[in-house]
Amino acid sequence: MSGFDFLSARFETALGWARKYSLFHYPFVTACCGIEYMSTACAHFDLDRFGAGLIRFSPRQADLLLVVGTVSHKLAPVLKTVYEQMMEPKWVIAFGVCAVSGGIYQNYAAVQGIDKIIPVDVYIPGCPPRPEMVLDGLMRLQEKIQREKQDWRWKKRT
Amino acid sequence: MEKEDLIEEIRARFSAGIESYAESLGDQVLVVRRENLLALMSGLRAAPFDYAVLLDATCVDFLASENRFEMVYHLFSLSRNRRLRIKTSLPGGNPVVDSLSGLWKNADWLEREVFDMFGVGFIGHPDLRRLLMYEEFEGHPLRKDYPWRKEQPLIPLKD
Repeated sequence: MSGFDFLSARFETALGWARKYSLFHYPFVTACCGIEYMSTACAHFDLDRFGAGLIRFSPRQADLLLVVGTVSHKLAPVLKTVYEQMMEPKWVIAFGVCAVSGGIYQNYAAVQGIDKIIPVDVYIPGCPPRPEMVLDGLMRLQEKIQREKQDWRWKKRT
Repeated sequence: MEKEDLIEEIRARFSAGIESYAESLGDQVLVVRRENLLALMSGLRAAPFDYAVLLDATCVDFLASENRFEMVYHLFSLSRNRRLRIKTSLPGGNPVVDSLSGLWKNADWLEREVFDMFGVGFIGHPDLRRLLMYEEFEGHPLRKDYPWRKEQPLIPLKD
């Protein structure tokens, strides 16, 4: 291993560590799962313990998109726009069965899972998921961020 | 508060337009002909009946029946604390009925929702557009002959 490889590997580890503990999330809350999301985010379960306490209400300042609740076909273009407005690197969590797969809805209105519109990193099932499940999903995302190759030269992901 | 029941007076005054009267689980139900709907509703809105609130206006699709659609209105009188349900049948081929938006302002959006979901037309409505679905949507999703899993995405979906 050359000196440069060693340094860049160290640097990637450090960058992954910094990224996984500074997730600024954008809550895209459309339905009843939002109550469970609020419970997770507030002091009782305290999302801030995992470095994800800072909520940004502008997608341009966020790097984690939390899609919480049912997405209808009328809303689908909005969700896609919000995702495209986010800066790289960015991650997406599908929160609750409606966002994962459409859940109990299969009709004229509901999108059958947000992965039909945007790429998803972590799926959290449940109707609604308990806050413990959400925290588990968040920690799995953190592991994923630590493991993945860090795109530190700001190249556009293809 | 005066709580006397004026249903007999209503039936007597509007007897020409009323097809039948029944009580369903304690609620008074009037079935009227659609030509007489607007006149009856105007009368009920005014004194002495004073049904000041239109609680709900919705529709039922009886696909097999000749009179396919049935409009259902729920009225409430604040001064007399009385409820009344009005029903009227519409033919499947030309489901139109007079708009009540001149009598109750909230009828505007209630009728837009019925138009959106069932495709019922309202004569005299000021702005009959879809309320819930998007403009590109084809058909009326709560009709019984709408395919039950048919989706009409606005953007291309991945597999």
